[in-house]
Amino acid sequence: MRTAISGLDLHRATSVDDALRMLAEEARTPIAGATDLYVALNFGTLAPRRFVDIWGIDDLRGIDVRDDVLVMGALTTYTDIIRSPLVAERLPMLIDAARQIGGPQIQNRGTIAGNIANGSPAADSVPVFAAADAVVVLRSIRQERRIPITQFYTAYRASVMRADELIVAIEVPRVEGKQWFRKVGTRAAQAISKVVAAGVRGPSPKFALGSIAPTVVRAYATERALASGTPIEQAVLTLQREIAPIDDVRSTATYRAQVAQRLLRRFWSETN
Amino acid sequence: MRFTLNGVATNVDAHPMSRLLDVVREECQLTGTKEGCGEGECGACTVLVDGDPVCSCLVPLAQVEGAEVVTIEGLGDDHPLQHAFMNEVGAQCGICTPGMIMAALSLDPDASIDDIKVALSGNLCRCTGYSAIYRAIMKARRQ
Repeated sequence: MRTAISGLDLHRATSVDDALRMLAEEARTPIAGATDLYVALNFGTLAPRRFVDIWGIDDLRGIDVRDDVLVMGALTTYTDIIRSPLVAERLPMLIDAARQIGGPQIQNRGTIAGNIANGSPAADSVPVFAAADAVVVLRSIRQERRIPITQFYTAYRASVMRADELIVAIEVPRVEGKQWFRKVGTRAAQAISKVVAAGVRGPSPKFALGSIAPTVVRAYATERALASGTPIEQAVLTLQREIAPIDDVRSTATYRAQVAQRLLRRFWSETN
Repeated sequence: MRFTLNGVATNVDAHPMSRLLDVVREECQLTGTKEGCGEGECGACTVLVDGDPVCSCLVPLAQVEGAEVVTIEGLGDDHPLQHAFMNEVGAQCGICTPGMIMAALSLDPDASIDDIKVALSGNLCRCTGYSAIYRAIMKARRQ
């Protein structure tokens, strides 16, 4: 049964400061493109009752490079990413991910801040951000702070973000090395990942996985093994020890572990 | 809430979190837009908002204030895509058809078959197996 909307309260923010004031007054869930939130509403599982609509805040849009850092506004959509020459130049693996998120209808509305804030372990943009050492810019009426995405999540769908904070931007420093992304789901479009991985083959290799733990995982031990010249089959064993996926509706622990190992091999051979 | 619906200035008195789909079908009585899955997977409820295809089951009414919304009714009854879908049997049960046509509207005239597949990747059809739909779109573009 769909959530009855008559009991829901929506405030519409006209600027970032406006939104931050509303969030400081009382707990409200921000609504951006609503592609996750309205799924919950349609299924009757939407828990929050008070919302702030941030979709109209144009200051949260735009993709820019400042001081050699790629800065993407919170409301950057997947379509914005796919069309951005700056992202194509600096973070092409994010374009690969964006093309495989939903279909055009979802790409036109889904935002990167929404993908991060929603906190799904299967979020496809998040392993990319993790492998790229991206930073989440959080702002409240009191302060602004920058949290590396690898330190953002604390547990399943839980993060360090406070109730009065809003994600205002994602910052990605220059990525050194060849970028790689691969999503494994039941079909190419409109599928939720069983395993999703992003990697960077550079002086210090980086490898991040989604859908194999309660939060995104950076495989640091595996990365260290690769960095020190360990043969790939040894690194695969390290990865096997490093991750502990689970069974759920979309896949099994055994399948996920095996696919994660294959993805590591693919990453290594395809970026050679 | 004021917006433009199929070129006509519209003012709807509804909860700002109403789904655009429900507003279009119930308040505005335009039932060409269909509800399929209600989770953004099937694309049956596709409409254009400021020219971009979106799933109207996932759009709060508040977010279309001042926007241009186009539904399948906005095409009239004589659009080349509508004829091509009929002539090529691109529709069987018909539930996905309005969404397929709305998604196909965004294609460039010189779109390839691969472009068509990408443009329609957010629309599911359980009857046709898609090839008749792709054929209809290819034919409509040549007219």
